[in-house]
Amino acid sequence: MDLEYGPEYQDFTKEVQSFCEKYEGLSFTDGSNNPLGSSGGSGGPKMSRSEWQKTLIENGYFARSVPKEYGGYGGEADILKSRIIAAEFSKSNTPGPMGGQGIDMLVPTLLEMGTKEQKEAYIKPTLHGEMIWCQGYSEPNAGSDLASLQTKGELVGDEWVINGQKIWTSTAQYSQMCFCLVRTEPDAPKHAGISYLLIPMDTPGIEIRPLVDMTLKAGFNEVFFTDVKIPRDNIVGKRGEGWAVANATLGHERGSLAPPDATMNRVNMLMHLMKEETLDGKPLIEHPIYRDRLMQIQGKVLAQQSHALRLLSAKLNPGTDVKIGKMIQKLTGTELRHELEGLAIDVMGEIGTLYEDSPHLKNDGTWQFIYMYFLGLIIGGGTSQIQKNIIAERGLGMPKEPKVEGA
Amino acid sequence: MYFGLSEEQSFFQDNVRKYLEEHATLDNIKHIANGDEKNLSAEIHQGLLNLGMNGLLIPEEFGGLGLDLLFAAVVSEALGGGAGPTPFIAPYVMAPIAIRHAGSVSQHENYLSKISTNEYCFGVGFSEFIGKRNDAGITFSDNVLNGRAMFVLDAYDATHLLLADEKGQIFVVDARSSNIEIVKLTTVDKTRQYSEVICKNLEAELLENSSDSTDPIIQAIDAGRIMLAADSLGASQTMIDKAVDYAKERKQFGRAIGSFQAVKHMCAEMAADLEPCYALVWHAAHCHDHSPEEARLMACHAKAHVSEMSKGIAKKATEVHGGMGFTDLLGLHYWFKRIGLNRQILGSPELIREEAYKTQV
Ligand SMILES: Cc1cc2nc3c(=O)[nH]c(=O)nc-3n(C[C@H](O)[C@H](O)[C@H](O)COP(=O)(O)OP(=O)(O)OC[C@H]3O[C@@H](n4cnc5c(N)ncnc54)[C@H](O)[C@@H]3O)c2cc1C
Repeated sequence: MDLEYGPEYQDFTKEVQSFCEKYEGLSFTDGSNNPLGSSGGSGGPKMSRSEWQKTLIENGYFARSVPKEYGGYGGEADILKSRIIAAEFSKSNTPGPMGGQGIDMLVPTLLEMGTKEQKEAYIKPTLHGEMIWCQGYSEPNAGSDLASLQTKGELVGDEWVINGQKIWTSTAQYSQMCFCLVRTEPDAPKHAGISYLLIPMDTPGIEIRPLVDMTLKAGFNEVFFTDVKIPRDNIVGKRGEGWAVANATLGHERGSLAPPDATMNRVNMLMHLMKEETLDGKPLIEHPIYRDRLMQIQGKVLAQQSHALRLLSAKLNPGTDVKIGKMIQKLTGTELRHELEGLAIDVMGEIGTLYEDSPHLKNDGTWQFIYMYFLGLIIGGGTSQIQKNIIAERGLGMPKEPKVEGA
Repeated sequence: MYFGLSEEQSFFQDNVRKYLEEHATLDNIKHIANGDEKNLSAEIHQGLLNLGMNGLLIPEEFGGLGLDLLFAAVVSEALGGGAGPTPFIAPYVMAPIAIRHAGSVSQHENYLSKISTNEYCFGVGFSEFIGKRNDAGITFSDNVLNGRAMFVLDAYDATHLLLADEKGQIFVVDARSSNIEIVKLTTVDKTRQYSEVICKNLEAELLENSSDSTDPIIQAIDAGRIMLAADSLGASQTMIDKAVDYAKERKQFGRAIGSFQAVKHMCAEMAADLEPCYALVWHAAHCHDHSPEEARLMACHAKAHVSEMSKGIAKKATEVHGGMGFTDLLGLHYWFKRIGLNRQILGSPELIREEAYKTQV
């Protein structure tokens, strides 16, 4: 066990800290209409989101190991530096880089499996926040059983012609592009008939209908495709290989949904709230049952933080066996965050139910919002039940469900 | 940066595991639990001493190996995994740490070197400092102790005991004195010993640095708690492994029960609950020696959190076995009960979480 990063990294930490200080309270000139990043602070410098993305890249604090030719910083991949950057930004009052499915999922996929032309065309504008992507996987009849998807792609001349419907497509209404799973080989077995296509969202024949979710925001959409024509080169991997391409990106998504450091920040915020709020004249924290529940959650989050260190170390020291350790992240991370936000509501009681712009709202209503939002993350990206199937079957080697005829 | 066990730690752990697999077989554990093989337990204890278990935490100047607590944690994990019917936490972890922190130079000389040569084997009774139940408790005046200490760990075969009063003063007493009565307490866990110790004008030596500071006793209790967490970690892993193996083999309705999702999901939940406990226990043990500002909180949460996770695992793993899980024959209950004891000893989860909170205000 050696938890020191070494002197080189201490210098690097200082460097990141002073960068964060310089841009403390940064706010964005293009307002809060971009759903993929924090809304920024106040009292600091002002710039557009795209300028901020570029500044972060120039300094090596974002897209660090993405080659320069594709708009990245072009540095060596350094897991510890990435962690230091994430940790220092989360401690500071300086907004981090944008996230979203383009940056978190598409860029790694293209880097791994895209053609040179695709990398050149898409990675840079995506990193700069100028090209937003949505993920067109789920369909009304293909959710957990994603491989049964039916949206059809036919190669006619030099174009794919796409017909069908996607659903639950997050941020489609803001997106320039969609990475989409489409059935292109109708006669091949289920998993072998799918291709991974890149679809410009302004192509004629695409209709987007926002769906309001339980938080009362339109977080996702239905997307309809009627004779949508895109160039034949807009495919990642070969025809019929889309399932493998998609699985590579799902891996990227599952790891990043609920980082324990962010959950611990919320635990600390809740502890602070419990010292300020009173019930029968006593701070909430002085009520033993509430306090015990807070401590229970703190213990769980500490376990996940330690676990994250173990996984970090496994990345640095290849050969360490953390197979199940990685598989449990999506399940345990999202469930715990949901539980924590729910605890905040419980300790506040009736006040915990206030929402939107109500008087007496605490912490801008984030407890209720995130409580619901994380239920969405528990369902999205492979439900908790599906995660348990994966842990049991692939992690523990338990037998699969018997196959149903025709499924 | 490396987060995990060193090669030496894994190697030592494997040795303890292998030793237990050979000598603490289920049959032997049954004999020990039923009380019909008095010598077996002593033999196993001796076998583990031959591996060097007593000297792990004793500084080299007193003849020990001078290793850190993580080393002891991996041993404790192996003991939990094998339901090791042997003293460990009291004589070889809590006692050396208490003496190191609370003892004077001459007390170090006197006691630490005798632990490493095996002349002395300590039981530990700190329960009343953690939470005094009913009329338990000992008082010290005129160099003698009077009163009762409950749930003293590993007292029965000990040569000496460390007993603490409510204020956290620690005393060394002779376990073979005629002024002491050691009453075996029968708990559900028959793989380890717990005693009530009654002192009547019992001659006692105060460990000098424990008279004006509770830091020494807290150090020892934190370490003990991390050991109990590690023990439950190992015991839980064994229960999961047994449940998963059983679910792959046992057939009902013409298929392996492990292909039923209700069973599969219980197993996945157990694995998902336990996996982060490894990191928490290792991290807590590491902080105990290397990161004093985090050490208290980590030790408290390690014990409380692993206790909670293990309780659920003990229940589910038993359920996966159906009626077989409930039998004495299968012996799964030895681990169930070990986890049950680990949960209550040195502070139950609610008490410990209260301490965890107090360290943060
Ligand atoms: C907030 C949010 C954002 C999303 N964003 C996107 C997006 O951007 N792009 C996209 O393509 N999709 C997105 N999704 C869709 C998401 O991936 C699916 O909702 C999810 O995979 C579940 O599919 P389903 O909704 O059809 O539910 P179903 O598959 O019908 O599941 C219903 C219930 O049955 C259970 N179930 C199903 N199969 C099994 C099984 N084999 N074993 C045990 N239980 C089972 C499920 O666990 C669940 O409890 C999003 C979803 C949410 C909630």
